[in-house]
Amino acid sequence: MKQGYWILAVLLSHWRRHPLQLMTLMVGLISATALWSGVEALNQQARASYDRAAAVFGGSRTAMLVGQRSSSFSQQLFVDLRRAGWRVSPVVEGRVRVQGRPLRLLGIEPVTFPAQAGSIPAVGAPDLKSFITPPGEALVAPETLTALAGTEGAALRTDDGESLPPLKVHARLAPDVVVVDIGLAQSILHLQGRLSRLLVGNTRSRLPPLETVAGDMLRYVEADAGTDLEHLTDSFHLNLSAFGLLSFLVGLFIVYSAIGLAFEQRMPMFRTLRACGVSSRQLNGVLLIELLVLAIAGGLIGLACGYLIAAGLLPDVAASLQGLYGAQVSGALALRPEWWGAGLAMSAIGTLAASATSLLKVIRLPVLAAAQPYAWRQSQRRWLGWQGVTAAAMLLAAIIVLTLGDSLISGFAVLALLLLGAALALPVLLALVLRIGERSSRRPLVVWFWADSRQQLPALSLALMALLLALAVNVGVGTMVESFSKTFTAWLDGRLAADVYVNAMSEAEARDIEASLRARQEVTAILPSGRAEIEIGGRPVEILGLADHATYRDRWPLLESRPNAWGDLKSGEAAFVSEQLARRLKRRPGDRLDVGTPTGDWSLRIAAIYADYGNPKGQIAVNIDAFTTRFPDLPRTRLGLRVSPGKIAPLIDDMRKAFHLDESRLSNQSTLKMESKVIFNRTFAVTAALNTFTLGVAGVALLTSLLTLSHSRLPQLAPLWALGVTRRQLAGIEFLKTIFIAFITAMLALPLGLLVAWCLIAVVNVRAFGWRLPFHVFPLHLAELVVVAMLASLLAMLIPLLRLMRMPPAALIRIFSNER
Amino acid sequence: MVDISSTTDEAAMHIPQAAMLAIQSLTKTYCSAQEQIAVLRGVCVHVSAGESVALTGESGSGKSTLLHLIAGLDEADGGSIRIDDTEVIALADRDRAAIRRDRIGLVFQQFNLIPSLTVADNLAFQSRIAGRHDSHWQNELVDRLGLGNLLKRYPEQLSGGQQQRVAIGRALAVRPSLLLADEPTGNLDEATADDVTDIALDLVKRTGCAFLMATHSTRLAAKLDRKVRLSAGRIA
Repeated sequence: MKQGYWILAVLLSHWRRHPLQLMTLMVGLISATALWSGVEALNQQARASYDRAAAVFGGSRTAMLVGQRSSSFSQQLFVDLRRAGWRVSPVVEGRVRVQGRPLRLLGIEPVTFPAQAGSIPAVGAPDLKSFITPPGEALVAPETLTALAGTEGAALRTDDGESLPPLKVHARLAPDVVVVDIGLAQSILHLQGRLSRLLVGNTRSRLPPLETVAGDMLRYVEADAGTDLEHLTDSFHLNLSAFGLLSFLVGLFIVYSAIGLAFEQRMPMFRTLRACGVSSRQLNGVLLIELLVLAIAGGLIGLACGYLIAAGLLPDVAASLQGLYGAQVSGALALRPEWWGAGLAMSAIGTLAASATSLLKVIRLPVLAAAQPYAWRQSQRRWLGWQGVTAAAMLLAAIIVLTLGDSLISGFAVLALLLLGAALALPVLLALVLRIGERSSRRPLVVWFWADSRQQLPALSLALMALLLALAVNVGVGTMVESFSKTFTAWLDGRLAADVYVNAMSEAEARDIEASLRARQEVTAILPSGRAEIEIGGRPVEILGLADHATYRDRWPLLESRPNAWGDLKSGEAAFVSEQLARRLKRRPGDRLDVGTPTGDWSLRIAAIYADYGNPKGQIAVNIDAFTTRFPDLPRTRLGLRVSPGKIAPLIDDMRKAFHLDESRLSNQSTLKMESKVIFNRTFAVTAALNTFTLGVAGVALLTSLLTLSHSRLPQLAPLWALGVTRRQLAGIEFLKTIFIAFITAMLALPLGLLVAWCLIAVVNVRAFGWRLPFHVFPLHLAELVVVAMLASLLAMLIPLLRLMRMPPAALIRIFSNER
Repeated sequence: MVDISSTTDEAAMHIPQAAMLAIQSLTKTYCSAQEQIAVLRGVCVHVSAGESVALTGESGSGKSTLLHLIAGLDEADGGSIRIDDTEVIALADRDRAAIRRDRIGLVFQQFNLIPSLTVADNLAFQSRIAGRHDSHWQNELVDRLGLGNLLKRYPEQLSGGQQQRVAIGRALAVRPSLLLADEPTGNLDEATADDVTDIALDLVKRTGCAFLMATHSTRLAAKLDRKVRLSAGRIA
């Protein structure tokens, strides 16, 4: 034990004497752990929120009965089912606004509430009385209470003037949900005698068939069927995880480089330790402990930084998830012990993986082997050939996986193989370029320039690989985001073709609104529309009813269509299908699609495929008249309006006054577009932030490599100085060399980045979301990144160059006489 | 008392009873790509406690290999090496390391100090890992080696002679039974070499350990009790 302590003290003394190396290692470990754990914290937070949401609704986790034709049904059905032995519990659901904040009001009946439906609404026996007897209680999550600036016990009013019972905090409730007794909810939502759903409890007894009790009024929804947030958001989280892992990988490049150098510098020390009687097993054991100590120290700091990153990005992620999927993610970051454990484990595993080759060398170290500093770099040259072969094999594997695979995981595998293959190929390509340069030179200093650059390459290659990866991913993701941005704006103009959207409370109100609008000259077109939820292939699909009008014909974002597609649509026998649904069902224009409707199966010919970016559900569009025929019970409450320019705002004001329509029922196209763009920007703000972090880590990798290299290269530079090359000249040559190598790396990163962008657009996005974007190249963005890479290299070079220029001649003399 | 045997087995039978180091018929062959090179061809050497022996011979004669085999740094092909009645050749790496740590002091031409430790820590290192650190003895060594005002310095801040004195101090701090020195003065000027050798011999006498020193210098070899000459892997 005591021996181990002294050996560890000796090993750690190296870091005390080489603080820069320790800093490099820690920077690598911290950035790797921080970025990975930051992303994981975001994913964990989101998943915890989904769990809370699922528990609240009792929905995705519990089987339920919902209205077959409308969103609510008679309470009598509940009574009939209970009498028939069905263990059902009623729920009323609706939306209210309190202090302008939209809240989901949930009315439950705690006595019949099934135990497996989640703990949230299961009001315990002691609380039962206060919950169901007047004035009752309004259960809210802590976040909701804070958002409403309320206190427990305070009774709030909805913006419509309805009274809510006193607030009570329930920690496991989802944000923006209010749970009250069902009677109160029916009263507040004006749904007396109506229910939104019936939760179905487990029962062992044989039940009479649903149809015999409820006729065709109710539909049975299996547990975990329907809209499952976790399933819908999987792709989003997978993308985040992929970024986290990429950043982790780039961080590990630094760790690998720092540990490799430290081990190499300590080889003579290891030999001395062995000569002093330290056994190989002891030495390796203590080295392992040293690495784990460093990994845990770096991991802990990394976790703290990861927390800060996650806290910084959480608002954008929450907004993206809310905007894209309607998922509520709590804004306050709560981290579980598993997160800390996983972060430390990743740090330890990463450190051990990065130091595996170095450890192996020490294990195999013959105690008498002459320890030549930087011999590992020499031996790395021998591996250059193998590296080239491995790179070629990986690129070949990428092509095979691309051809054969069709899952999202295989899409990411293609990306990973492409990036790793290219990174491994980089030193081989650079060596080739430098060899060509060397062979085509005559002047001695120029020949030395090329030869020395080649000698420097093994030591720099890891940092350059990190730079290549970071740049390529930046180009790839940047190109994808820009392509999306360019496409998205045009697509939004097409999809939000009407100027104003109205959703009346009832069909009668819709008729009144329509009549009043016909009298207004500024309204150039009234376009009725419809929307229903159906299932195709067990997955939720939206079905839209569109009016036959030039507004849609001219703008609807069709990607592929049959001749006379709009004519076919008007006939009611054809449908337009969203791209993601068409891909999922493997259908093309001309194919047929069967849709289940309340009036029976509807066989439609696919007339066109249209873009529906960002929608996780499938969607089909049909003619509005055909839609109304097939969904006769759905009230026609939706209208799109074309309005003369400049007259939109007064029209909306007039309608608000006349029909008391709030924002959710009367929307301005420009507001919707702005909101969509905000969601879009926030979604990619997370990507952009992670992108910048990755590039930053790559810059640090380059800086640390150059710093450590600058020290070890002095014996190579001292003779040149002794032969008459000034320190300034030497610094100039070093500058040129590094800039040249970094420039070549950046140049190689551009085509690789475009390939990554293509993979993201044509492979990953298609498999993750079901839609494919047009591929655009943005030369200005590419040029910008090359400049950033050059600036990063320049900054990384600054300290080593200044150090060289200011090095006292005495130091160079000592190096020249002692270290050659 | 010294007994240097010939390379014959008969001669090898005359082993002094008090031999701290007893080597018999030691062989070592290195394999290169083209050929096998026999570095040691049946070497027999005995060194008693308190005795100092100079191992001389031309470059490539096998001096360093012999010292490495005695220290258990390398493995012999045949023969026997007994240190204080322990057969080194039969030991596993772990046990050889323990012998080196507890009973052997090693001094190299290249000093092999630990660059990240101060002089004081370098001196104490081996005795600490052997669990035999004696601060009185270390202070005595510091005084005798003249390292008193260098204790907080790092090896890179010392001259060659100073570094070698630290290396000798480190080797003797554990109070070894056997001190092995491989060309310890090879990097030093004549005066410093004399000084370092005198100090080493003085300390060897005081500790009573056996001392085997490989050297090219006949002048330094003459300072020791006895000379053994290796030539082409055999005792000449």
